[in-house]
Amino acid sequence: MSKKIHVTTTINGEPIEFLCEARHSLLEVLRDSLGLTGSKEGCNNGNCGACTVMLNGVPVDSCLVLGVEVEGATIETVEGIAQNGELHPIQQCFLEGAALQCGICTPGFLVAAKALLEKNPHPSEEEIRFNLAGNLCRCTGYDKIVRSVQAAASQLQETTS
Amino acid sequence: MKAATSDEYKILGTRPIRHDGADKVTGKAKYGADVQFANLAHGKILRSPHAHARIKSIDTSAAEKVPGVFAVITANDFPDPQDKIADLGEGPVTLSHLGSNVMARGKVLYKGHAVAAVAATSTHVAEQALNLIQVDYEILEPVLWVLDAMAEDAPLLHENVFTDSMGEASEKPSNIEKHLHFEKGDIEQGFAEADIVIEREFKTASVHQGYIEPHVATADWNEDGQLRIWTSTQGSFTVRHQTAELVGIPLSRVTVYPCEIGGGFGGKIAVYLQPVAALLSRKSGRPVKLVMQRDEVFEGTGPTPGSFVRVKLGAKNDGTLTAGKAWIAFDAGAFPGGPIGPGCMCVFSCYDLPHATVDGYNVCNNKPKTQAYRAPGSTHVAYATENVLDEIAGELDLDPLDLRLKNAVKEGSRRVDGPVYPEIGCVEVLEAVKNSEHWNAPLEGPYRGRGLALGFWFNCGLKSSATANVNTDGTVTLIEGSTDIGGSRTSLAMQLAETLGLTAEEIHPQVADTDSVGYTDVTGGSRVTFATGLAVCKAGEDIQKQMRQQAAVLWDCDANEIEISGSTFSRNGNSISFQELAAKQLQLGEPIVGRATVAPDCSTNGFGAHIADVEVDPETGKTTVLRYTAIQDAGKAIHPSYVEGQMQGGAVQGIGWALNEEYFFGDAGDMKNASFLDYRMPTCLDVPMIETIIVEVPNPDHPFGVRGVGETPIVPPPAAITIAIHNATGVYMRELPASPPRLWKALQEA
Repeated sequence: MSKKIHVTTTINGEPIEFLCEARHSLLEVLRDSLGLTGSKEGCNNGNCGACTVMLNGVPVDSCLVLGVEVEGATIETVEGIAQNGELHPIQQCFLEGAALQCGICTPGFLVAAKALLEKNPHPSEEEIRFNLAGNLCRCTGYDKIVRSVQAAASQLQETTS
Repeated sequence: MKAATSDEYKILGTRPIRHDGADKVTGKAKYGADVQFANLAHGKILRSPHAHARIKSIDTSAAEKVPGVFAVITANDFPDPQDKIADLGEGPVTLSHLGSNVMARGKVLYKGHAVAAVAATSTHVAEQALNLIQVDYEILEPVLWVLDAMAEDAPLLHENVFTDSMGEASEKPSNIEKHLHFEKGDIEQGFAEADIVIEREFKTASVHQGYIEPHVATADWNEDGQLRIWTSTQGSFTVRHQTAELVGIPLSRVTVYPCEIGGGFGGKIAVYLQPVAALLSRKSGRPVKLVMQRDEVFEGTGPTPGSFVRVKLGAKNDGTLTAGKAWIAFDAGAFPGGPIGPGCMCVFSCYDLPHATVDGYNVCNNKPKTQAYRAPGSTHVAYATENVLDEIAGELDLDPLDLRLKNAVKEGSRRVDGPVYPEIGCVEVLEAVKNSEHWNAPLEGPYRGRGLALGFWFNCGLKSSATANVNTDGTVTLIEGSTDIGGSRTSLAMQLAETLGLTAEEIHPQVADTDSVGYTDVTGGSRVTFATGLAVCKAGEDIQKQMRQQAAVLWDCDANEIEISGSTFSRNGNSISFQELAAKQLQLGEPIVGRATVAPDCSTNGFGAHIADVEVDPETGKTTVLRYTAIQDAGKAIHPSYVEGQMQGGAVQGIGWALNEEYFFGDAGDMKNASFLDYRMPTCLDVPMIETIIVEVPNPDHPFGVRGVGETPIVPPPAAITIAIHNATGVYMRELPASPPRLWKALQEA
């Protein structure tokens, strides 16, 4: 077994150091080493989006990033979306809009949707669907997810205006 | 029991936030793979590269020597169940088949069949060890297509499987493990009375349930012989029973802790990993976690059957159906069992046919052992029947909705397999189609078409238990055993809240482990909101009985004198609220604990109709769904958002089945597309909003009129979509999926 590598990074606003093997994915590091099991593994090859995290402000599949690649990076996971004990509007809208059934894809959708709304606060339905197409959901048929993102966009717009 | 009308309810029909919601939007909810233990070992499974082969030998010695490997097991580490048959909650199962599917014994029967397993310090070390296991195979010819597997000279999967033809066993072993036959009336007479008779053949490919969470199990075989399992399952009690049988210990030695479950759709009922993790744990002396990779899920777990269905219908010129004949063959996959029974029961379930015969065959072939998938068997046969019916409507120049209304089953209609329908909502669903905005909206433009199809599924009864503890702060903790895949905790809590006159938030539902709640059957068969709902309502009544007695102590009267209205207990001008009485319970008497167990019959029935508008690109064969509406009888929608969610999710799964999803097999029986990239499930860019119309024809067998809604929504889509494609292009797609290459080819040949 190769020696572990020391990595310094920032996760959900906190400076974090961890040791990982060169072959460990960021998803493995998050889940197995750091106990951040909110990011889910559905396919381990970048097809399902359940492991989506923000890496330096860009949504990525954390199963396709190596742990050693995040030296000096800023990462945001689903665990970092709620702040100070309060749900983010997008989380609240997912709950009110019944946008989850089994909930396994939900962390990935929340991270991807939040990334979209930060980049584009007024997305059309088409833009929402395009930007969330990297996240698979097998339970909902997507209807309530898309509507909940629309609701969150309106709500965020109200709070900023 | 009498069903009340909607406006009598305070809680039912509202849309409270689900009780497990905050955990699930913050990443705190614990799914099977999130379980962590000190000294945890990680397991991996070696799988067969061949679809059909004899295992001559397995040499695990090199793997055992890899540093960091704790245990290696093969089928030899499992007790031999020999001929034992056990009822595991869904009918008798031959244990040797179940066990050989978990770990191949003697032969591998599909690519991906488990042959050995390793537990090590990490999955990476376990994978290294797997590569060192030497398996000597004698490769045999595989058989994949169901009709090929039925041939006399087909490669035989099992020497000990004989055709069970309505109770009679065949003389020679056969891949055809079951033949069912149903008849009603006089089929010859029925077709003789017809003015038009159409017979067509339909094929469907193997499709997977496609849950996003792979199978996972962690087992800890303790030094005292107690086995604890944390897993993702639709039924913790059936996992307990299956695992106990396969590892050879009494079921009381096994406790199953159901984790949050990331989708199941029928595919997480049979055990795969749990017994393997258990034996690896016993051998290594550590807790062992096994998690499947996605290719293992596709290659090693249950798809739904591929099928061949021939349907013949006869009708008079006015559209009255006179007779129907169906011949159905389903893949069983590697081992006997599968949904051929429901397939036969569902093929003509929406229409009142005076004369009909149905023959069904379940056929072993070299695919993964098929498993239930949402209304198992019904989608395949509805696809056939609805398309033939549409063709009859076209030939007779009748409106397809009117043709369906004319022949729709109603209370008193007898299905071909015998049962007479109680109060059902088939006609009401079709009336809702007729009145819908979608059905009446114009659809114009080239290569555009609209399709309508009906679908049917049962509500299983089975067994459920519930316990409800009244807390002194006036709330109630509900303990139940139905693993919650789609919000059922909340739909059950709402039924208890309605019974007790409380709010949904005043009920705290918990899904308990197998030591902490009474026996409860699987989350399946559209049964939880209905059957566990019945248990919850009864537990609520049990609470009211006990609280009435305590109020009687308070007022020194007979309990029968106390009236209950909502959450208020009253007598002769005195009244006390549920909350006040709950607070006094420990002063007035014993702690208040409601309990109930139920075993309702499989008596209720759910009907749904879907309307699909599509546009076909003639240059590529790609079908775009422009608009889609699902209409369904929910009896009483407890939480309408989650009823709509079932309808929308089922519809989109069905759209995937109709347009893209299929297992591609090579000549050697190897699946070519075992990833989410190549097994193409719908993304949100592939589908429009799914409109829903909930019809409520109360189910007389439930106090609130509930009908289960989970499964019916997958039944109509392949039919509705292919009928829409026909109306768009003039081409009937009689093979699923109607994928771009297949449709393009059909358009070229038309």
